[in-house]
Amino acid sequence: MTMPFYVPPEQLMQDRAEFARKGIAKGRSILALEYDNGILIVAENPSRALNKIGEVYDNIAFAGVGKYNEFESLRVAGIRHADVKGFNYGREDVNAKSLANAYAQTLGTVFTNQPKPFEIELLVAEVGKEPEDNRLFRIRYDGTLGDERDFCAIGGQEDELTAVLRERYQAGLPLDGALNMAIKAFEAVEERTIASNEWEAAVVERGGGRRSFRRLSPEDIEAARSAD
Amino acid sequence: MSLDLPSGFDDRHQSSFTDLIRRTGQLPTWDPSAADRTDAPEATTVLALKTADGVVMVGDRRATMGNLIAHRRMDKVFPADEFSAVAIAGTAGIAMELVKLFQTELEHYEKLEGNRLSLEGKANYLGALVRNQMPLAMQGMAVVPLFCGFDESDGLGRIYTYDVVGGRYEEVDYAATGSGGLNARAYLRSQYRDDLSHEEATEAGIEAIVVAAEEDTATGGPDLQRDIYPIVALVDADGYREVADEEVARLSREIVERQS
Repeated sequence: MTMPFYVPPEQLMQDRAEFARKGIAKGRSILALEYDNGILIVAENPSRALNKIGEVYDNIAFAGVGKYNEFESLRVAGIRHADVKGFNYGREDVNAKSLANAYAQTLGTVFTNQPKPFEIELLVAEVGKEPEDNRLFRIRYDGTLGDERDFCAIGGQEDELTAVLRERYQAGLPLDGALNMAIKAFEAVEERTIASNEWEAAVVERGGGRRSFRRLSPEDIEAARSAD
Repeated sequence: MSLDLPSGFDDRHQSSFTDLIRRTGQLPTWDPSAADRTDAPEATTVLALKTADGVVMVGDRRATMGNLIAHRRMDKVFPADEFSAVAIAGTAGIAMELVKLFQTELEHYEKLEGNRLSLEGKANYLGALVRNQMPLAMQGMAVVPLFCGFDESDGLGRIYTYDVVGGRYEEVDYAATGSGGLNARAYLRSQYRDDLSHEEATEAGIEAIVVAAEEDTATGGPDLQRDIYPIVALVDADGYREVADEEVARLSREIVERQS
């Protein structure tokens, strides 16, 4: 009979966290920032088909870094959660807070109960009726939930991007200005220029009808860059 | 609350909202055995006609219950998604639930898949939803929607009608359903051309409702005293939009004056 090895719980959690962090560090970062009319989310993503940013509900957007199949399954689960809630109650009863909590619970459970933790980090953004009602949530691989203001970076270059944004962020910029700021922050961290068609960007914006999520095209990005 | 994570291929109809809430027991259902007395409000006349650029859909505002007027301001024309519209006739409560389910289904699919269903796909799906209501239809609580939209693949407006068992028919020019549908169709036959502008089609549609209301008590024509006018929606390359109430009011007044 083989004796199971005893592994202290501290060691077990540390190993899992390290495993997850390593996986996340391999991927490219995502940056979300508030601008005058909503929230902008930007990612470097050369793929035209596999998105990192997506629409969840009327005012809510989702973004994920790390393993695609893992954050994709959470994106789908989040849309299901939101659509069922909005169908059974009312559309305005769907909010980012309950969605972020559900994500945190799910990732927390996976982290402790599953053989392998998810190697992902998520971002949930909700544009409010007024700028002070905007919500930005960050959910880490172990279910840690954070509530951010102004801007939020997730993924491998989180610390570097946050440091750049702390210096440069200005509240109330127009969309073009915010887009330029985000692109320059990425390029400063990466120390290279990134072509306009290598970005994935989307906004949730105020006053654009019921569904506020809109993807920005490479032309939009090119226009913002040349306006600078 | 923890989320149920999708599990790949054994998750049947992965992008269907209806299937999702059926699995979790939240799909709205009615017990047909309890429906041997039909005294629920009924929605009446709705119509759609093709124009040069898309489609126009018009619905009256009356809901009846037997010989009574149940509602004077009912809305029977709804956006199904950005490029399609659905109008309802039949048992109002069931029909409105069906529209809500259809709207959520289309949006759910679009968000999960990243692209909209084809117009044909939407029309087929609506047929399946109607077919699910067949036991109720057999008890006299039928729902008969009218569906139209702009086909983004070939740039044409299309109209689909349904029967109570979920049969789906594509119409080439115009369609009307509900208690005043027969009269509305007769009027549209006399007015229809295949190059109508949105304005001409709007006017013809409102006038068809006026004509139907003259012959059918369950159809509500424009009510100038109470300021209640038909709902008019159009769908073309720019998507779904409703014609402003003031514009419909102006046209309705002209038509009523012309007829008296």
